[in-house]
Amino acid sequence: MAINWFKYSSPASFYFLAGKMIPLFSIAATILFAAGLYIGFFVAPTDFQQGEAYRIIFIHVPAAWMSMFLYVMMAIWAGIGLAFNTRLSSMMATAIAPTGAMFTFLALWTGALWGKPMWGTWWVWDARLTSELILLFLYIGFMSLQAAIDDPRRADKAGAVIALVGVVNIPIIYFSVKWWNTLHQGATVSVTQSPKMATTMLTGMLIMSIACWMYAIAVILIRTRTIILERERHTAWVGELRGVAQ
Amino acid sequence: MSILQGSNLECVRGDRRLFRDINFSLEAGELLQVHGPNGSGKTSLLRMLCGLATPAHGQICWHGSDIRSLKGDYYGAITYLGHLSGVKDDLTAIENLRISSALAGVEIEAKKAHEALQHMGLGGRELLPAKVLSQGQRRRVALARLLVCGTALWILDEPLAALDSAAVKLVQNLLERHLGQGGMVVMTTHQEIDITTGATQRLQLT
Amino acid sequence: MSLWVIQRDLLLAIRRRADVLTTLFFFIIVVSLFPLGVGPEINILRTMAPGVVWVAALLASMLSLGRMFSSDYLDGTLEQMLLSPQSLAMLVLGKALAHWLVTGVPLVLMSPVLGIQYDLSADALLVLTASLLLGTPVLSLIGAIGAALTLGLRGGGVLVSLLVLPLYIPVLIFGAGAVEASAAGLGAGAHLSLLGAFLLASLVLAPWATAVSLRISME
Repeated sequence: MAINWFKYSSPASFYFLAGKMIPLFSIAATILFAAGLYIGFFVAPTDFQQGEAYRIIFIHVPAAWMSMFLYVMMAIWAGIGLAFNTRLSSMMATAIAPTGAMFTFLALWTGALWGKPMWGTWWVWDARLTSELILLFLYIGFMSLQAAIDDPRRADKAGAVIALVGVVNIPIIYFSVKWWNTLHQGATVSVTQSPKMATTMLTGMLIMSIACWMYAIAVILIRTRTIILERERHTAWVGELRGVAQ
Repeated sequence: MSILQGSNLECVRGDRRLFRDINFSLEAGELLQVHGPNGSGKTSLLRMLCGLATPAHGQICWHGSDIRSLKGDYYGAITYLGHLSGVKDDLTAIENLRISSALAGVEIEAKKAHEALQHMGLGGRELLPAKVLSQGQRRRVALARLLVCGTALWILDEPLAALDSAAVKLVQNLLERHLGQGGMVVMTTHQEIDITTGATQRLQLT
Repeated sequence: MSLWVIQRDLLLAIRRRADVLTTLFFFIIVVSLFPLGVGPEINILRTMAPGVVWVAALLASMLSLGRMFSSDYLDGTLEQMLLSPQSLAMLVLGKALAHWLVTGVPLVLMSPVLGIQYDLSADALLVLTASLLLGTPVLSLIGAIGAALTLGLRGGGVLVSLLVLPLYIPVLIFGAGAVEASAAGLGAGAHLSLLGAFLLASLVLAPWATAVSLRISME
């Protein structure tokens, strides 16, 4: 079956396509979260070193993965929007940012919760935690810049520049922080631990990751739909939509 | 084929469409006067013609090729004077003229700059910082660029604003001479200006 | 030519000396405040010195970013720059270099004096100055992107700090790290080479990104 992909690059057709996809992703996210949390809390064995507290990694690790991955996705969509002047991809980038920031915050928060019983302190200047914090700053910068600009076209393009500059800088920042951390090794706690994970733990984490994926997609689609409605409110098709709703 | 051609131009500001389906073509020695009430998109149209803004729809061609692909080659052929005159407060009149010309790719001698300012009626004020000049005098400093730039197309946004009648006369002569030499002018003005050389086209925005 | 732009910006800076001095005094005051906050214990101050001087340099350089394009934007000169037949990236490079000459160089020259306040050794002072000499132009170049993106926005000054400070982190780490490494007897060569690499990379990439940002902001 040949699908005309270009058809869905117009905001109007995407709006309806996304409307059909959102329930699917939402249901998938709910089921997977339930399964993942069940495995995480009840099936996975207690870690002999870390006790029960380790169970937070079932949220922490997927959140950290999502936070980085979503930033890259955001930059790619924004870059496409800048290069080809496609409105929909810029809207996607704008829609991704809050979810990415939320996962970054979640990763930091759960990291702190885990750190307290493990290291006896809420915060250590560990390379990964520090990079994650900087990633949160980058997300906040992107969102604040877009929020400060009234003209949506300028907001899209300016956001794209800062997202791309951020993506170029992320590896540099990461390696600087990692290197900085090793120089100051005495003051911090090493987080490098690679015990063999039980298969059930791995399964639980994988399921939770996919659940986060589904959730992220569903939320981003919902937000994109809202942005489309807001920006296209003067077009005929949105007008018809309003007529139908009334 | 005409030298400057705009086809099906459309301008959108925020939610409002300012104009659509604007077409014009300009030959050597022609003047295009853009008319319209406040907020009808005159400045937006001129900024599009400079390449500062991108039209929502349509194309602007210079010698048959899109100005967006020409970039520097096109910028070298035009001179734009906007609402903001680009005159720096802390620089003297002559520094302003020499530096703005250098930015536009034409480096001029101090002597030539003196002559241009003198011609614009600023003789004796060349060494005053622009902040002590009046609004009209600052406008004259900006307009002096037209004397030295040597470009084919002038894009002027309200060039007569804040000018006295003597200066209006000066600008009028300047435009006539430019058109007589085969130059082109696109301008907006609320004042009536009477140009006898070359053909004058009018473009009405609503 | 970018030479014209540098010349012009320096001329403007000379006519507005106060602006240059404000940045420098800001730098001096911030560095001098730290001992008042953490106490006069000289061993603590000595270990803190590189970080304090570098953070103050970051803030001073960032505070002056607003001026890089805004006055040209307000009086219409920036429009003329965008319409220049010369490459906009080269003009931007000229403006960033002028910004560095006006704000960065005074900080570099002042830093040994401030280092003495913190009882740094002669070697450490030399490395600190060298690291600032290599690092501060990077701050001006990266900052130009932020300044261009926030042009004409409400609250642009605060916004620019949100945008550029995270990007300054690698420079901070290796700038301050250079001094610490030399104090620890490891030699500052590797750090200074990395700062040099940052400088080269930002010389190539930042003006181009700034030019794109300026066109976006002026549309």
